Amino acid sequence: MSVSPSTWERIAARGGISPRKARTHGLIFIGAGLLIYLLFARAAAIGETSTFVLNFGGAAETAPVPDLVLPTAPTLYALALVCAFLGGWQLARGFRRPNLALGVITGLFIWAFLTWASRGQSFNLTGMLNSALLRAVPIALAALSGVICERCAVINIGIEGMMLTGAFTATLTASLALNLWGWPSWASMPFGLICALVAGAWMGLLLAILAVRFKVNQIIAGTAINILSVGITSFLSARILAHFQQLNNTGTLQPVPIPLLYRIPVIGPVIFEQNLLVYLLYILLVVTHIVLFHTRWGLRTRAVGEHPRAADTLGINVFRVRYVNVTIGGMVAALGGAFLILGSVGRFDELMTAGKGFIGLAAMIFGKWMPFGAFGAALIFGFADALQTKLAILEVPIPSQFLLMAPYLMTIIILAGVVGEAVPPAADGQPYEKQ
Amino acid sequence: MNTWPRIRLEKRSDTPHWLSRVTPGLSVLAALLVIAVIFGLLGVNPWIAYARILTGAFGSLYGLSETVTKAIPLMLAGTGLAVAFRARVYNIGAEGQLLIGAICATGVALFIPGIPDELRLPAMFLAGALGGAVWALVPAVLKARLRIDEVLTSLMTVYIASELVNYLVYGPWKGPSEWGFPYTDKFPLAAQIPRIGMTRIHYPTLILALLAAVLAYILVQRTRWGFEIRVTGENPEAARYAGMNYLRTAILVMALSGALAGIAGVGEVAGIHYRLRYPQGISPGYGFTAIIVAWLARLNPLGVILTSLLIGGLLVGGDAIQLAMGLPSATVYLFNGMILLFVLSGDLFTRYRIRIELPERVSVLVRQEREEVR
Repeated sequence: MSVSPSTWERIAARGGISPRKARTHGLIFIGAGLLIYLLFARAAAIGETSTFVLNFGGAAETAPVPDLVLPTAPTLYALALVCAFLGGWQLARGFRRPNLALGVITGLFIWAFLTWASRGQSFNLTGMLNSALLRAVPIALAALSGVICERCAVINIGIEGMMLTGAFTATLTASLALNLWGWPSWASMPFGLICALVAGAWMGLLLAILAVRFKVNQIIAGTAINILSVGITSFLSARILAHFQQLNNTGTLQPVPIPLLYRIPVIGPVIFEQNLLVYLLYILLVVTHIVLFHTRWGLRTRAVGEHPRAADTLGINVFRVRYVNVTIGGMVAALGGAFLILGSVGRFDELMTAGKGFIGLAAMIFGKWMPFGAFGAALIFGFADALQTKLAILEVPIPSQFLLMAPYLMTIIILAGVVGEAVPPAADGQPYEKQ
Repeated sequence: MNTWPRIRLEKRSDTPHWLSRVTPGLSVLAALLVIAVIFGLLGVNPWIAYARILTGAFGSLYGLSETVTKAIPLMLAGTGLAVAFRARVYNIGAEGQLLIGAICATGVALFIPGIPDELRLPAMFLAGALGGAVWALVPAVLKARLRIDEVLTSLMTVYIASELVNYLVYGPWKGPSEWGFPYTDKFPLAAQIPRIGMTRIHYPTLILALLAAVLAYILVQRTRWGFEIRVTGENPEAARYAGMNYLRTAILVMALSGALAGIAGVGEVAGIHYRLRYPQGISPGYGFTAIIVAWLARLNPLGVILTSLLIGGLLVGGDAIQLAMGLPSATVYLFNGMILLFVLSGDLFTRYRIRIELPERVSVLVRQEREEVR
């Protein structure tokens, strides 16, 4: 192809990325099309169909949506062609929003993969989206905690540990109230939630004291919090929960459909028929966004994150901003842990967070330190995680260990490939020394 | 007008030598005291527990030999991390690099025929070191080329390495002679690292570990490259002005720490278990514990020799109280986390002077008294 350098520069300038990256993106798009053709389309027999079920027995069942039945082979050929065409377009003209285009290609590729995996079978798409959202919630809360901390320039590697502490505290206190004190579950669960938040606040405060006051290396401080949380929760769980099973049973929150909205076909029950903690996440996202970008506190937080010295000169109490934000960040992380218990499984297992806190940090970076960006990234991770479990059911011939690797591998790939130039707050990780 | 005594922190211009030597020890003691309180609250007699830990780890020849055995991987991985952290390159994935080292060693031990017996072990060490280094290069290159935070990526590689081990021992490498356990077959004799007498001390690895610590010390303190590492860590701006290549330094220290962690993995499979097993069976978090070892040694490779023996002793003692007092295995993490936390906070006293400000009235009285004396 004889495209002059100036053309490449023009294409790249359209999307605001480097020429090499623009070219790589185009090649990735074409490669995706080729892969769909080679891996999936050729394996599909003529006349086979893939069925996607668009309902999952919830309150919306009154108006079921008909199943989506696709002829496998033609769909796959069409998807391969669309990918190749988009790739050609990227190479020749360039997309204005390359990351969005990459997202679309990823979506098409996953669609193709699912069509191939469910050939001759039926696959519950809505059910999977639902499980993707549920798996995304703790990751999104971890990411939100990361946003709140890093916007004022404190790196919080300890989110994983704070989640674990929150999960344990919620389990212990909610079960105590429910099973020993005989509280009704509508009282025991909020009680467990509040206790988890208090525990998270203490952990956040601990990190803040280490990072802000003692000016300790923040990464090592976070690691210390993680190791300590693993130690304390596993120790107490083996010492207490293992002997008293009734202390490890909180029950779970039931979904509460939001009137009217949950009747939207396909996505309605996924988004608007969840438990209250999921709605709490939606609210937190909006509130964090508004506070960060439309209030005085948010402006101060961002100033402290970008240029603490200038902020200090203007009379902002840098230490106070960081103390408050990191403490709140600890509470949000603990909320993520509490969700794992109250909103999902109802019992505590050692090491149950399994890296969700760290994946949340990756989501934060991918989301460019924005609340909704982080949520979007968390959804992708949740989707990968849900996909992994569904594949086992569809009996896709991939060893389960590789499916278990998927979220972590995805994290690296996403961080490496898609992020572009993710720029953290300028003072991120640096302790502030008053002069 | 303050009416109560106030505690104020004042930055020290220089730290007295004795103080920086004493604080880590005092911090560990403080951590042990806090854990004693937790034990007490849970109905475990802390003093009996501590006595058991002490006698378990250092009270008998067997205990001592086990302490040294557990110190070997900690020393290797800790040395690498001490160098990397010096350059402010945060390799948190030593655990994964250790596992990859174990995989590579197993591959050479079991599946590559035609290596002469006397070269089998060297080849395994080499493969393990290379594997660990390459595994560490993933986050290193991502950091160098794309400025992606190495903390997260190196952590993710731990999970991936762990699943890789699982895949191998449950899948293609599962040993036909292992009764269905997730183990590979036993290594042939030529692929087993010799031990001292009846102990489990696989001494060639120990020698490598000691050598690594000493060489790393010389590297950091006495060579040009070590100087670059230190400057990069202490003042990245100055390093850039001096024309030092940050990316090269970052990649090299990552590879070095990965290689040492990989060697630690070789030692575990070829010196202790003689087979690849499920990940937790190979390493109960040595790679993470090595972070504590390195930090406790104040990132001084020679200090790592000492702290790895200390933490190794803690691991052995932890096993002892597990058996004797029915404590869960996670107790060791409790110790590790608490100690790291206190060592971190203890650094405060080396950098700051703590001043207690007396209330106004009292200080006026004190001043008057002084003047009268004069």
